Amino acid sequence: MLKKLAAWIDDRLGAAAFAEEALNKVFPDHWAFLLGEIAMYCFVVLLATGVFLTFFFDASAAKTVYSGHYAPLNGSQVSSAYSSVMHLSFDIRMGLVIRQIHHWAAVVFIAAIVAHLCRIFFTSAFRRPREINWLLGMTLMILSIFNGFTGYSLPDDLLSGVGLRIAYSIAISIPFIGPWMAFLVFGGTFGSPQIIGRLFIIHVLLIPAAIAGILGAHLAIVWRQKHTQFLIPGAAENNVVGERLWPTYATKSVALFFGVAAVLSFLGGLVQINPVWLYGPYATAQVSSPAQPDWYLGWLEGALRLFPAWQFTIFGLEIPNVFLPAVVLPGITFGLLYAWPFIEAWRTGDYAPHHILDRPRDRPVHTALGMATLTFYAVLLFGGLNDLVAKWFQLPVEAVTWTLRTLGIVLPILVGWLTYRLMVALRTDASERARHARAEPALGVAGAAGAGSGAARWGLAGFVAAGALGAWRLLRRRRGE
Amino acid sequence: MGGARQAGLAFVLSALASLGLAVVYVTGGQAQLEGVLLGIGLGGLAVGLIAWAKHLMPTGPFVQARKVTLRQPEELEEVEESLDQSAATVGRRRFLGRLLAVSLGAFGIAAVFPIRSLGTRPGRALFHTSWRKGSRAVTDAGQPIRPTDLPVDGVLTVFPEGAVGTEDSQTLLIRLPAGDYRPLPGREGWAPGDVVAFSKICTHAGCPVGLYRADSKELYCPCHQSVFEVLDGARPAAGPATMPLPQLPLDVDGDGYLVARSDYTEPVGPGFWNRGHA
Repeated sequence: MLKKLAAWIDDRLGAAAFAEEALNKVFPDHWAFLLGEIAMYCFVVLLATGVFLTFFFDASAAKTVYSGHYAPLNGSQVSSAYSSVMHLSFDIRMGLVIRQIHHWAAVVFIAAIVAHLCRIFFTSAFRRPREINWLLGMTLMILSIFNGFTGYSLPDDLLSGVGLRIAYSIAISIPFIGPWMAFLVFGGTFGSPQIIGRLFIIHVLLIPAAIAGILGAHLAIVWRQKHTQFLIPGAAENNVVGERLWPTYATKSVALFFGVAAVLSFLGGLVQINPVWLYGPYATAQVSSPAQPDWYLGWLEGALRLFPAWQFTIFGLEIPNVFLPAVVLPGITFGLLYAWPFIEAWRTGDYAPHHILDRPRDRPVHTALGMATLTFYAVLLFGGLNDLVAKWFQLPVEAVTWTLRTLGIVLPILVGWLTYRLMVALRTDASERARHARAEPALGVAGAAGAGSGAARWGLAGFVAAGALGAWRLLRRRRGE
Repeated sequence: MGGARQAGLAFVLSALASLGLAVVYVTGGQAQLEGVLLGIGLGGLAVGLIAWAKHLMPTGPFVQARKVTLRQPEELEEVEESLDQSAATVGRRRFLGRLLAVSLGAFGIAAVFPIRSLGTRPGRALFHTSWRKGSRAVTDAGQPIRPTDLPVDGVLTVFPEGAVGTEDSQTLLIRLPAGDYRPLPGREGWAPGDVVAFSKICTHAGCPVGLYRADSKELYCPCHQSVFEVLDGARPAAGPATMPLPQLPLDVDGDGYLVARSDYTEPVGPGFWNRGHA
């Protein structure tokens, strides 16, 4: 039966040669290579759950009176969009769990993309011939972040409504074209009723279609170029060592899909996310507090909060405060990320093709730069929580803000330097180990390992201790007041 | 043999969970149970397939050759040749080519115009609000306000009568303790009955400035923690905001209700490039 079908298809498409190649294609096996796959499977879950949600969501700002199973809001004036989200959460069977799986999938999707990006960066997988895939991947990340925002803005609740208002304010801050841009996107000044319908079509059609298309190209290129691999026994620049697609790799990959979907289901069932009924419907002149966006926009929120109260006027042209942290900073961030493979090839003069991955320790400066950058954005992320940090530690917000501003400059340098030392130590350690192993096996290995990474480990311990001491003193001084 | 048993058990567990999910659905549904049963159903499949692949399938390692570079020099040469040939024939029609470029360019510009339909022209929209001379300040229920309707240190969000709910007109009334109000130069008489009115839109990123601390006479924006000193013309005292909240000039009409003397005298809300050219 199966043979007959294969013959029927081959007769029409001549696909046997490709199928033979595909089934025997070898994929390298390493847990870190699964991060991109996890992101892809989150996307599949997003599509499946998202389609279900579209059958119930009403992308309209028209006012209506809520009546449903959520008693506290019964009788209140809300938009049709908000009402339909409440309806699908409380009155549609399995509506809430599917909505929560959808939101969790988005959160994990972007986390997996960022983790995948880190893996690519720290193993230098972006080098020739993989620059195109780096550019496509970067575009996928930006589209995903943007679609996360358009998605959580749809329910027209108080939290996301204020988020939209901030987005509008950021848009009008762009010199010359800002007000025009904002008016075209929002259909006029903020508060015009068109925006929800527009966000909806962007969220469910334009961006998902773009993601699907670019993801297809991303995967096709991986297929064509074959996956990179670590320098495991037998691996070389001109081969691939691993598992064949059929049956083992394909089975494991399908299992990964089910695993990802399982984790998202547990999260969607057990961990509440975006409870719009607690935020309430969007209303002019109201705001919820504390107000944090989803995690992937936390760095931007933090930049808005931590950036000092500076504003420039150049020849009567006003540069609003938000323009620098919310337009220029993301521009630099994504611009540098896009350009990175080319910058690095230019700086190192390494234009050769690479299929064997580097380990982070092989390139201490590269790894240190990456860690410093990550640290900077981690501090910004905490900046987005400055009101909560202040509450947890019983400190004035102002003190938290100033601490984070300082840390934003000091910590990246410190972490970068520490990473550099650690990578150099590990590298010396590895090369010493190799030398000793040749000279005097066993005993020498242990001795060298102790000496080499010992220094780095002490350095790390000292850093952590100093940080803890500082935090403790800060807390004590506050209590003394 | 262990692998097969492991996989079999996982598949059975998965099937049971799926059955359970169906039962939960039919009996009315329950979000937590649905999530857990979905998770077990999918997780069982995952575990079973992994056990199957790990223990019962060929695991290699297999080695496959790879071209270090995918470059195809001969084919590239042929492509270049074809391009050269076509350039030679097409290139002769230089004038026609230019006309084509002109028509494509013109079409491109024309095709952009429908985008213009997406929004209104900004014009002066960012420079004024719905407040006019004599607009009564009303609550979102449409109720006009007398200065004494507010308790001392009380705050109230108001809109101009007839424009309740308009985003850019939202205004905060604060009744200050008698004698606390020190008007800025040019703002004398803007606070009848010690009631001051400030735009509620944060000048930083546009959030409603929702919190008032009566003890320190500060307005606080919950989004990015800007603080405004009410007694000093709502000057930004902390946080990222750079501009004071615009003050609405108030008066009292013949019936004793609070009205605006005029629109705001400066644009409300966050900055934009030509804000200074009011």
